[in-house]
Amino acid sequence: MLHTVNKSPLQTRDLDSCLEHLAGERLLLIEDGVYAAVAAGEASAKLRGPAAEGRVYALGPDLEARGIGHDALADGVEVVDYAGFVQLVAEHGPHQAWL
Amino acid sequence: MSDEANWEDAGAVKRFMFVNRKAPHGTIYALEALEVVLISAAFDQDVSLAFLDDGVHQLRQGQDAKALGMKNFAPTFRALDDYDIDKLYVEAESLAQRGLSAEELIVPVQVVDRERMSALMAEQDVVMSF
Repeated sequence: MLHTVNKSPLQTRDLDSCLEHLAGERLLLIEDGVYAAVAAGEASAKLRGPAAEGRVYALGPDLEARGIGHDALADGVEVVDYAGFVQLVAEHGPHQAWL
Repeated sequence: MSDEANWEDAGAVKRFMFVNRKAPHGTIYALEALEVVLISAAFDQDVSLAFLDDGVHQLRQGQDAKALGMKNFAPTFRALDDYDIDKLYVEAESLAQRGLSAEELIVPVQVVDRERMSALMAEQDVVMSF
């Protein structure tokens, strides 16, 4: 299964709730959700487990828009483009959006 | 004419603060706030901007919203000085939670702690929240 979170981790509990239900599945951070992947931010610690297992992704264009360089990301977070998003859905669907 | 007279009587410049608490691209709040701030510059009032919570993300350097096919408005913050809007207050605690420092911001700002931020809010005549 592929989960997506599009809200900032410090604005809502959506990321927390998603992570509480993530089990062994995959998480793609999109829109304001990508702020969670910034290593220096306090929310990134929550991603540590699944990121270490290569199950956390962040959408590149949303990082660019927000001025977040790939070197600022937490360890293990993989950047994907829109084609990569489609591929994740195709390989790991169904998709659940934590809106 | 009487309206004008009243305006003159009202006379004193009012203190307006625009409070920015939203990240820049996920919603339209940040862009709308900036538009209102630019309009307010035409009225010769005492204008300040406050950035706290996710609002501090609006000032991060290197944003390029063209990747999303959206307006890249962050550079407009650099133009505020030309409109004599130079009071930009950024909350230190909000920066720290997000791993940001003042050096990573697109414009020079005054970093203030939470206590000072609440005092600044209380000093205003009008607070507009975005």
